[in-house]
Amino acid sequence: MHPLPRVAVFFAVLLLLGGCATTDPAADSSASQSDYSNAELENIREGTYNDAFESSYDPPPATPTLIRDATIMTAAGETIENGDLLMRDREIDTLGTDLSAPEGVQVVDGSGMYVTPGLIDSHSHLGVSATPQVGPHYDNNEVGMATPELWMEHGVWPQGPGFARALAGGTTTALLLPGSGDLIEGRGFTAKLLPARTPQDMKFPDAPGTLKMACGENPKGGPGFPTTRMGTAAGLRSTFLDAQDYHEQWQNWLNDPSGPPPDRDLGMETLAQMLRGEMLVQVHCYRADDMATVMEIAQEFDVDIRSFHHAVEAYKIRDLLAERDISASMWSNWWGFKMEAFDGIPQNVALVHAAGARAIVHSDDDLEIQRLHHEAAKALRAGREAGLDISRNEALRWITAHPAWALGIQDRVGTLEPGKNADVVLWTGDPFSVYTKAQRVWMDGALVYDRTDPDRQPRSDFELGGPIPN
Amino acid sequence: MRLRLALLTVLLVLLPTLPAAAQPTAFVGGTVHPVSGPEIADGVVLLRGDTIAAVGPRDEVSIPSGTRRIDASGQVVTPGLMDAATATGLVEVSAVGSTRDNALDTDDAIRAAFRVTDGINPNSVVIPVTRLGGVTTVASTPSGGAVAGQGAVIDLHGETVDEMLVRDRAALYAAFTPGAADATGEARGGLAMRLREAFEDARFYAENRDDYRRGATRDLSMSRLDLEALASTLDGERPLVVRAARASDIDAALRIAEEFDLDLRIEGGEEAWMRADRLAAADVPVIVKALHNLPTEFDRLGSRFDNAARLDSAGVPVAISTFDTHNARTLRLEAGNAVRYGMDRDAALRAVTLAPAKMLGVADTHGSLEVGKTANVVVWSGDPFEPLTRVEHVFIGGDEMPDDSRQKRLLRRYDDQGDWPPAYDDGS
Repeated sequence: MHPLPRVAVFFAVLLLLGGCATTDPAADSSASQSDYSNAELENIREGTYNDAFESSYDPPPATPTLIRDATIMTAAGETIENGDLLMRDREIDTLGTDLSAPEGVQVVDGSGMYVTPGLIDSHSHLGVSATPQVGPHYDNNEVGMATPELWMEHGVWPQGPGFARALAGGTTTALLLPGSGDLIEGRGFTAKLLPARTPQDMKFPDAPGTLKMACGENPKGGPGFPTTRMGTAAGLRSTFLDAQDYHEQWQNWLNDPSGPPPDRDLGMETLAQMLRGEMLVQVHCYRADDMATVMEIAQEFDVDIRSFHHAVEAYKIRDLLAERDISASMWSNWWGFKMEAFDGIPQNVALVHAAGARAIVHSDDDLEIQRLHHEAAKALRAGREAGLDISRNEALRWITAHPAWALGIQDRVGTLEPGKNADVVLWTGDPFSVYTKAQRVWMDGALVYDRTDPDRQPRSDFELGGPIPN
Repeated sequence: MRLRLALLTVLLVLLPTLPAAAQPTAFVGGTVHPVSGPEIADGVVLLRGDTIAAVGPRDEVSIPSGTRRIDASGQVVTPGLMDAATATGLVEVSAVGSTRDNALDTDDAIRAAFRVTDGINPNSVVIPVTRLGGVTTVASTPSGGAVAGQGAVIDLHGETVDEMLVRDRAALYAAFTPGAADATGEARGGLAMRLREAFEDARFYAENRDDYRRGATRDLSMSRLDLEALASTLDGERPLVVRAARASDIDAALRIAEEFDLDLRIEGGEEAWMRADRLAAADVPVIVKALHNLPTEFDRLGSRFDNAARLDSAGVPVAISTFDTHNARTLRLEAGNAVRYGMDRDAALRAVTLAPAKMLGVADTHGSLEVGKTANVVVWSGDPFEPLTRVEHVFIGGDEMPDDSRQKRLLRRYDDQGDWPPAYDDGS
């Protein structure tokens, strides 16, 4: 289910308040019989439907640019040989062959090179498990059985050296997530991987909210935590019951705002949003049976799951994932590091894809986020070895269009189509070759990385004056 | 008597299943990379028994009748790859303690006598997975403490460890890292002090064995077994591999190795590029991970992708490792990434074959396609370093490895969904 755009929520609230749908709440003088003024109700609304921490992302200056004579892999369909791509007004303007260069447009010779959308990672801990990985940098897991009150962006260190590395690897967007140490870890953070001074400066504008949950081995066994999978399932259901109560209290009060409003609860606010379908739910789950249990719980509470993360056994239940339109975020070949990863096979991604579910290659790793294209290539080869007929364009979608869908930003990024954000990578060659590097990376039309120009290679504060010369 | 009869019966039943002496095999027509010499465009590699019988251009190698011919035209033939830093056979599930046998759980900083060999499990499911990635030989290595113990070089084929062993006690492993310093007072100076004390005591022990047996020496800082292990290393029976990342830690390892005349290799070496000339002058080889470029710890702020390329250019012998166990099968991609960041192609292939074999003392039998060497051969559908390239054939000791592993069984069990539960499909 698509998240409701914020404006829809706004109108829904006005309707609940008994007002008529107008674009200016201040003009609505007949809102209710409440003890609260409209302005006060608006503040309460702001608390419940939280608009704090807005994005302040402001891309660097952009020059209209025409890439010429490149092999363009759009991730939307056919590859364009000897293709041209025009970026203008921060968007993909035109794709084709033999385009003429409008006045003032910078022309880039792409002959022998490849073009793809900026790569997207549906699972990263950059910023909360920042390098150097010393104790004071550990901001990944909070203690508590369920901590839906956490916001990932309050732990992101924008100076983490990993951000600039990921960008140099052609990855332009990532879902930054808290860890998996408890049942519900809090809100994720959809980030533009452009190093900045504040997390808000990296926040992907208007990206829908995301919620991170976990099942299986990680959220059990700690002090004060459930010790069994039965306990984690019960804990999740109990928490959702509490959220239903909270949601109902607020619905009732907003229907009739006489008397004091219910107390606010940060965690329950997040879960109430989930129950309203405004959160894209991301669940860390390895084993097939664990995913099945979480799917049942989600159905019980009428919640949609957007993506299972790590999903090492997704291949065992790929038909269920396809039926329920749940994506699977997977590694190309990680396995064996713990019991619930023991059944990992390199064909996982390809089998899920072939079953018609959305397959995603994710990193969960500050090195692999720099080479998602190699990881996709590995998964493609494994699939072909098993006789699955998968095109290169489809494999590219595992690291572009599909993660964009998991993050709910598929209308903005993830393919090269006119009108989409100009997040573009020019590669030195075939992105599925081990020898290929990102030559240039554009974000919203701005050239934010150039392999040949040290002035276009960002570095974190931390690394200034370090052993690697600028 | 009854027991003997039973044994005899078991043997007679097993006899027909024992493999016959391997039929000679020839790979014909591929691009052959012997590593020890230049590539051969239209080559033949002939295996007889467990060794390589001939390598050369097609028109110069005569193939005896009765030989199994494998058409390798359009394909690439290389020696089996070797990963010099794994815990293969020692770790089955990393997070399950009862399946880990690569480190001693002790407060002692010096664990020189610890030998991994008896802990290696030939039935580890990691082994077939690894060799199907073209990796035929690994060093299974210990970790932990200041001196971790002794590793073994094994071929990834055999029913017993004895069959797999290429070289037991192939190297002694130590570390000059903050982690190792934790075991010696949490300061690098304490670590250096403890290492020097250990080697001094071992040297003293070696010179005074009789007095030691009579109890007529001063107190020594280790057990007799640890003293023996260090003493034989001082005698040159095996190299000392030191895990070190920071440039100054590499300096410390070089200094200590020089003081005790040890045959040193550096492992990890994230900042080794800063000491390339010094390492080249001292002819100290380095085992690196190609795919590391982040300041993950304070001792490796200078980690960069072109480390291997820079070391190779300076003349330092370089081996490339995954430093992984379950994914040691990705070794070829590590080598490819070293090329991506500037390393010469031939050097990168050498770094995953002959270079690690030399570093760990097994180059007389391993690491290249040369007559008389062990018949470890891999045939690739194309460039071995490319992720889209398939592994076509893997031979170890002249035996073809079956296209089978626990992962393959899972794949075949789940690749189609029938009316019966998957449990009824054995995946063969």
